[in-house]
Amino acid sequence: MPRGIPLLKDELDIVIPTIRNLDFLEMWRPFFEPYHLIIVQDGDPSKTINVPDGFDYELYNRNDINRILGPKASCISFKDSACRCFGYMVSKKKYIFTIDDDCFVGKDPSGKPINALEQHIKNILSPSTPFFFNTLYDPFREGADFVRGYPFSLREGVPTAVSHGLWLNIPDYDAPTQLVKPRERNTRYVDMVLTIPKGTLFPMCGMNLAFDRHLIGPAMYFGLMGDGQPIGRYDDMWAGWCTKVICDHLNLGVKTGLPYIFHSKASNPFVNLKKEYKGIFWQEDIIPFFQAVTLPKECTTVQECYIELSKQVKEKLSKVDPYFDKLADAMVTWIEAWDELNPAGAAVANGKA
Amino acid sequence: MALEHIDDSEVDIVIAALQSDLTSFLNAWRPLFSRFHLIIVQDPDLKGELKIPQGFDHRVYTKSDIDQVIGPTTSIVFSGYSCRYFGYLVSRKKYIISVDDDCLPAKDNDGNLTNAVSQHLANLTTPATPFFFNTLYDPFREGADFVRGYPFSLRSGVDCALSCGLWLNLADYDAPTQALKPEHRNLHYVDAVMTVPAGTLMPISGINIAFNRALVGPALFPGLKLTGEGKLRWETIEDIWCGMCVKVICDHLSIGVKTGLPYVFRSDKGNPIESLKKEWEGVKKMEEIIPFFQSVRLPRTVTTAEDCLLEMAKSVKDRLGGTDPLFARAAEAMVEWVKIWKAAGASHSTLGV
Repeated sequence: MPRGIPLLKDELDIVIPTIRNLDFLEMWRPFFEPYHLIIVQDGDPSKTINVPDGFDYELYNRNDINRILGPKASCISFKDSACRCFGYMVSKKKYIFTIDDDCFVGKDPSGKPINALEQHIKNILSPSTPFFFNTLYDPFREGADFVRGYPFSLREGVPTAVSHGLWLNIPDYDAPTQLVKPRERNTRYVDMVLTIPKGTLFPMCGMNLAFDRHLIGPAMYFGLMGDGQPIGRYDDMWAGWCTKVICDHLNLGVKTGLPYIFHSKASNPFVNLKKEYKGIFWQEDIIPFFQAVTLPKECTTVQECYIELSKQVKEKLSKVDPYFDKLADAMVTWIEAWDELNPAGAAVANGKA
Repeated sequence: MALEHIDDSEVDIVIAALQSDLTSFLNAWRPLFSRFHLIIVQDPDLKGELKIPQGFDHRVYTKSDIDQVIGPTTSIVFSGYSCRYFGYLVSRKKYIISVDDDCLPAKDNDGNLTNAVSQHLANLTTPATPFFFNTLYDPFREGADFVRGYPFSLRSGVDCALSCGLWLNLADYDAPTQALKPEHRNLHYVDAVMTVPAGTLMPISGINIAFNRALVGPALFPGLKLTGEGKLRWETIEDIWCGMCVKVICDHLSIGVKTGLPYVFRSDKGNPIESLKKEWEGVKKMEEIIPFFQSVRLPRTVTTAEDCLLEMAKSVKDRLGGTDPLFARAAEAMVEWVKIWKAAGASHSTLGV
């Protein structure tokens, strides 16, 4: 197995939510072993999660979350992988890579195993270009550049806050699509990375995701899902819409594309439908809300942007369902908890509005 | 997704002849072009007769044809690459495909010759999705679909007006970029098509392009002629200027622009260092026009491509015309073009919003 250069090994944490076992780490060992893992155990806290030998990790179950956050633990989902955002909060590193425990090492068209973490790092450490679309995609990739007509004044780019990776094999479809196309597999390896333009929203999948915690961390709240909640499978979506709006406001970049991982497990579409069902209707109101959101110039930190967003969620989405009222409160609780656990970072202006 | 069936008689292939001998060019494209009618427009500056191999259903338009149809005009110059717009004017077909005469069919990553014509037509006859970004790119391609979190109300998409293809070998870089990396060639075949989001600006290259003439025909026009404009692409920005206008118009009319496949293989030509002197003007002009294009808005009441272009011309004259006679002339050319288009009875009924 080829080894990539362990870039940023002291600056990056790998956050993994799990309820089962972490056998999948064996396949990732050549790429992950140098890094510190934060494992967030969902579900029954009395169960023991087996972590393969040789990994440096910390593990948190529900009891730990309750102990550490006290009453603020109410903002962290239970019985849903959304609980992973607790890992973002307790991390002390600059970068986070998060991956699901049914995601394995993919292969590129030449058959070579893909070092997903290395690609995420390359994406995050090179600028984004959200203000003008480059038709040859990420101009900072080897072998690419800005095309004719791309203004020189925009070629420096902006810092990249998020690197959104993709999946071969089981695609990330919603339940209705899964039901209609149970056999469809994503076999198309699209060899590119691109910046999602400013003002454009996208569905952010949390299966294979990296971000700069210092630049955008507090926006990566994965919402209220799972036990006791009317909705599931919208955790990463919610975080993605909030994150994109805030990145656009602060002139930070979001990239999507490479790297691919191999997604092995297709979840049960009927179970998924029950979880998503309300979301499918609600997103018709949620999307216009996010498309129309504007944040005041005075909001110059992620936390300020996020609190402002929570106010607007309460004001404009509560009428869709009382759930959003609860969610808006949870968003505030999340920021309070984040600032409590990350005091030095609380006042940092993460970007320019 | 089943493709709308297109009759060969609905397509014109428009070629601007900047070289006299089109034998090897047309022979290379023969398997893909021979079914269609070709409109070949000879650069008015090119003397002598064109050499065209047998077996093509084609018509050649020369300077005298242009003079006859257009009549005397001071603001539009059809020389060089701009001569192809005359081809767009005289065509009466629904779809136009246009490639530069120094481009050949490209091979994909498996070494198979690709069909740029059928790919352009597939792009144009499947919906575009400009209002929300799909992370698996064009959801209408085989083997792909909308991902989880993509709002259902946006899944029917909108008509695709423009298909912007790419280039292997000599990419469409500007002279400074190519001069800095003279040996650099684009070897990167990216297997994707995607919709460029609404509100996002991009440099639309004229080298490999196709469009729905019924939807946007008049919006592709010869407008911005640099003082030192030459016969190499990196000595021009007329297509970039036109493309920015078209994108604004498409966004206004809620129709789509796709980018990505197909690729063409662009032959080596010219010396970027020699061209640098001429090309700087274009590079400088781009800086002046970006703020304009980022902020220009068309009135709601304007619902046809012709009227959109007239409004754009007004805005160009008001906001850029005063600073530089180049833009004042471009505005005049745009108005002139709409007159010519109407006089030539060139419109199908254009899409209203």
